Amino acid sequence: MKFASLTELIECCRGDALSIGELMLAEQAKESGCSESEVFARMAAYYGIMKEAVREGVERPVQSRSGLTGGDAARVHEYGARGESSLGAEACKAMSYALAVSEVNASMGRIIATPTAGSCGIIPGVFVSSQERWGWHDDQLIKGLFTAGAIGYVIANNSFISGAEGGCQAEVGSAIGMAAGALTEMRGGTPEQAVHAVGLALKNSLGLICDPVAGLVEIPCIVRNGFGAVTALAAADMALAGIRSVIPTDEVVQVMHEVGTKMPEQYRETAKGGLAQTPTGKRIMRELTL
Amino acid sequence: MRFKDVFSIIGPSMVGPSSSHTAGAVRIGRTARQLFGRQPAEVEIVLYKSFSSTYRGHGTDCALAAGLLNYGTDDARIRNAVQLAEEAGLSIAFHDGGDVAAHPNSVLIKLRDERQEDVLKASSIGGGNIEITGINEFDVKATMEFPTLVVFHEDRPGVLGEVTGLLGDFQVNIGYMEVDRKSRRGEALSVIELDDRIEDGMLYELRQLSAIRRVAVIHLTTGGSI
Repeated sequence: MKFASLTELIECCRGDALSIGELMLAEQAKESGCSESEVFARMAAYYGIMKEAVREGVERPVQSRSGLTGGDAARVHEYGARGESSLGAEACKAMSYALAVSEVNASMGRIIATPTAGSCGIIPGVFVSSQERWGWHDDQLIKGLFTAGAIGYVIANNSFISGAEGGCQAEVGSAIGMAAGALTEMRGGTPEQAVHAVGLALKNSLGLICDPVAGLVEIPCIVRNGFGAVTALAAADMALAGIRSVIPTDEVVQVMHEVGTKMPEQYRETAKGGLAQTPTGKRIMRELTL
Repeated sequence: MRFKDVFSIIGPSMVGPSSSHTAGAVRIGRTARQLFGRQPAEVEIVLYKSFSSTYRGHGTDCALAAGLLNYGTDDARIRNAVQLAEEAGLSIAFHDGGDVAAHPNSVLIKLRDERQEDVLKASSIGGGNIEITGINEFDVKATMEFPTLVVFHEDRPGVLGEVTGLLGDFQVNIGYMEVDRKSRRGEALSVIELDDRIEDGMLYELRQLSAIRRVAVIHLTTGGSI
């Protein structure tokens, strides 16, 4: 890849007069030795799996393997359809779709890690709801996945994307940044605006710990995916309205790395701290292992 | 760069619930299986840090077993893989290694049958991506994102030239390689990541070289997952 930072990514886009998504598609083709159409087809298959997971979670409420969670996506979807959502119907739909994919994941169903399974609901939630809202052709969303991938590539190589390494900020935080940047570009924003959206979003999740109850990707992971989709919409709106990330996004990524490195181990997916070690968290863990 | 391309960020296509504890674990188990070259009779698995504290909830045990059965990350049989391994005559024992490993999601896998014994050390670094950190007594790193040759050979002048020369004859390009040895003029191991598919003809000729003891081909990019 010819970029290692988001600043370099913007410069490359400017130099080649390409969007982030188009640049990433070309770079991926070069890197893999495959044609652009082959690379695009693989991403298209991934988008198909994301849409299936959304549908499955909303239409056929799934229970997690542990029995702890499930059915919340359908609940929120119905509530939104009744016109009761304080967020508004569209954001509520993004939230319900994100919950849906996360519930499918917890039931050991098939998903696409974006960038991880713990954060797999956020990008499909934002993408599929936006496609329905604006009537976009699949190709636009698939290109958007390359945008999200370029952003995630920089975050992953300069910081972390796993909860075990950097806490939830690294998983859900990265996914929100990727979704926000991609949505900004899909809605006509410039590469600069997309990168500002990433910075705005990441600043909002710095410090978030990974403390899953009983070590399962369920509590609080599933609702954090729902919240994450809504936050991504908000960050894209801010960037498209002209808000800039005063601290450059590459510097925010460094802060995520700094915070993750210093984060105590009990808050990095070990289930040895936080929500996992509350009286209720411990009770749930005990009951599951009986 | 730890993460090489767009599909290490968007992807893999996988069965939940955790990319590091489920999908990454499948890929580590599958690497061990392909290193061994066939289904072993017995496998001992030591889990460290976050892997040891949360493996049951994430189905890490099922995922490692699935990998040892050579399944891909999105195979629907993963959830029943521990039982399926047992039915296939593969005995797997899990042990808790505690907190001694450097990386939070680390695992050591010992595979054996009556003829062979191998040890693989690996970490799951996020998003289903893995890092191999050791094979048998050798400290070598690899990602398994590309078709990979694991070559056990003698440590003597010209061996690497013979191996890379042969790859060149078959128009196969090397993206990355690492070499480690037990002692001077003793046994050595080379891990070679390739840009291209590994053809049987090339493998046959490689095995004919006098300094080559054994060759394993690890190819996680096909079969099972997209």
